[in-house]
Amino acid sequence: MARDRNILRRLWRRWDTRLCLLAIAVYCGAAVYGEAVYQVCRVADRTPSYNQVHEGSRYVPPAFVRVFAKNPQPAGQPLYLLGSDNLGRDVLQRLVQGTRIAFHVGIITSLIAIPLGVILGCLGGYFGGRMDSVVVWLCATVASMPGLLFILAIAMVVGQGLLGVYLGIGLTTWVSVCRNVRGEVIKHRGRAYVQAARVLGYSHARIMFRHILPNVTHIILIAFSIRFPASVATEVFISFLGIGVQGEPSWGIMINNARLRLWQGVWWEMAFVTLAIFALVLAFNHLADALRDMLDPALRTEQG
Amino acid sequence: MVPTTFGVLVLTFLLFHVVGGSPAEVVLGKNATAESLAAFDARYGYDRPLLCGNWSAIRALGPTPRERLEKQGARGLCRLPLAYGLPAGSYRVTAGRALLGLREVATGLTDEALLDGPAPLTFAVREGWKAVTLDVGGVLPTALRLEKKTGGFFDSQFIHYGKALLTGDFGVSTEYNLPVTRVLKTGVGPSLALTVPILVGGTLVGVMLGLLCAAWRGGAADKAVLILSTVLMSVNYVVWVLAGQFLLAFKLRLFPIWGFESAAYLALPVLIGIVSGLGRDVRFFRAAILDEVYKPYVRTAQAKGLSGCRIMVRHVLRNSLIPIVTYISLSIPFLFTGSLMLESFFGIPGLGNVSLNAIHSSDMAIVRAVVILGALLYQGVNLLTDLCYAWLDPRVRLN
Repeated sequence: MARDRNILRRLWRRWDTRLCLLAIAVYCGAAVYGEAVYQVCRVADRTPSYNQVHEGSRYVPPAFVRVFAKNPQPAGQPLYLLGSDNLGRDVLQRLVQGTRIAFHVGIITSLIAIPLGVILGCLGGYFGGRMDSVVVWLCATVASMPGLLFILAIAMVVGQGLLGVYLGIGLTTWVSVCRNVRGEVIKHRGRAYVQAARVLGYSHARIMFRHILPNVTHIILIAFSIRFPASVATEVFISFLGIGVQGEPSWGIMINNARLRLWQGVWWEMAFVTLAIFALVLAFNHLADALRDMLDPALRTEQG
Repeated sequence: MVPTTFGVLVLTFLLFHVVGGSPAEVVLGKNATAESLAAFDARYGYDRPLLCGNWSAIRALGPTPRERLEKQGARGLCRLPLAYGLPAGSYRVTAGRALLGLREVATGLTDEALLDGPAPLTFAVREGWKAVTLDVGGVLPTALRLEKKTGGFFDSQFIHYGKALLTGDFGVSTEYNLPVTRVLKTGVGPSLALTVPILVGGTLVGVMLGLLCAAWRGGAADKAVLILSTVLMSVNYVVWVLAGQFLLAFKLRLFPIWGFESAAYLALPVLIGIVSGLGRDVRFFRAAILDEVYKPYVRTAQAKGLSGCRIMVRHVLRNSLIPIVTYISLSIPFLFTGSLMLESFFGIPGLGNVSLNAIHSSDMAIVRAVVILGALLYQGVNLLTDLCYAWLDPRVRLN
């Protein structure tokens, strides 16, 4: 834990990574708020405001544009900070809901892929021999599947909806985690502390997960920071194609909606959605870079 | 390579045959009759057992036999509605007693046969006859099963699947009603026309930028390219396509928007393909080249007074070719499977377009074929890459 706090402090000290952390915190807040709104509306069984249709106020430009255009707020309308879409729904609220779904996807797929990769990688790296061959075989098999198409096929087979997206992304992206963990565990297997634990008669499971695993957590941290934005981007893509989320304002669905209106000059929905995706993915990508530079000793020496 | 090929076989079989549920229900919809479902199963071989077995369950039992059985108890005989007449063949039913109603197809004559004995009861329907009714007794509702005898113990979906793939038969597309290989063959050309220029162009630009970055490492240009590549990486693929189509093709009218008629139609998708992949490429190539830059032989070359350009291209680049070739080779399978997004958005009739349509229409045979072909290509390319190492690196050759 002490080391983790240290990492956070070091990330906070640099201005660029501090900006990334702040951005991610804002997104987290938006996702939590979105989840709260969603759950309240679900329990109270009413149409959430991000799905409410206002026929009278379709395609309202964002508030700041209206201010510049000296176009006063029509009476009895919601504020529409970022404009409204083709059904008069508030773009900002839908963006917040999109953030909620993006975080769901990023976190749940990580909860599938990382434990799978860590456990398999630990088993293969620690025991070696036949167990290792099986793990390597599994990795090679899954890695040879054509990525996006395989995810789409899983989503299609499991059925349209978020579950298919979770499983599709989660079950295909554990390979790199597994390979990295396996390589690191192999390095640690012969170290003195592992031999000491073995001499003390500890069980294999205890040595693997209590002794070796804490020494390879940095790999898990890096893996999470890399695969979170990747899975968000994949979800956007799948939902955009109409195979993922149904009936909820995912970013992919919003882009798909907005793209038809773009030709008629309704730019705001498209602009803000792409901006939201871009900022989240950029913040995570940059943070992942910084983490890798900080935590991966092999890379650090090369940089020096 | 053989074990992973087998792994691909098992994985795709698991996905499409076991997890996917009944393909007949997916293709024909929820309202299809049991008879049409059974005909579909028989036509595409889904009426066989999954792995192995002498008997496989069939759909002839109507939807409500269990409730009726419970109501009437297991004492007497209870009439079960059969969803369709059982054609000639061997069957078995898990019941203590059963009365079989038979009808001769040509004449309409009816006949009855009483079956008695230890469960399960086996019976055969003669050629030219159909079993139309079934009255069963002495059976618990949950235990009732009607099965058909298969052609042999290994007459299973898995074995047939493996055999068909080995002979290059990917089945019949339910959407086009054509053999899958014929459908895919038409898509390979357009896909290659799109993806080969993307790969070649992307690699050339990426390696050049990587070399420049490595030559001026730590300088302003290096930093700018690095930041730019992180930014490029973070733009969603969907956005690239939409922005390119909207700004370059629609607003500025530099390119045709949609279609596949001449080389001009390919320019924009190729450009988008190159730019969207550039961020990742440059970062990788830069890292691969930087791995070499600090090695002693570079210092020796500098001490000899060679020009920077010559050192970078003749010495450093050659030595960093192995990771670069590996990286490029991994994208070769996608040359064939095509780019889902670019093809569907620019109306290029390639494999990506075909497979996306297949996913939308639940045409499993095509999706499965493209997935398998992609996986096999990946493995083939991996093998070739290993051979390539020997050509690139004399040390590998010696071993």
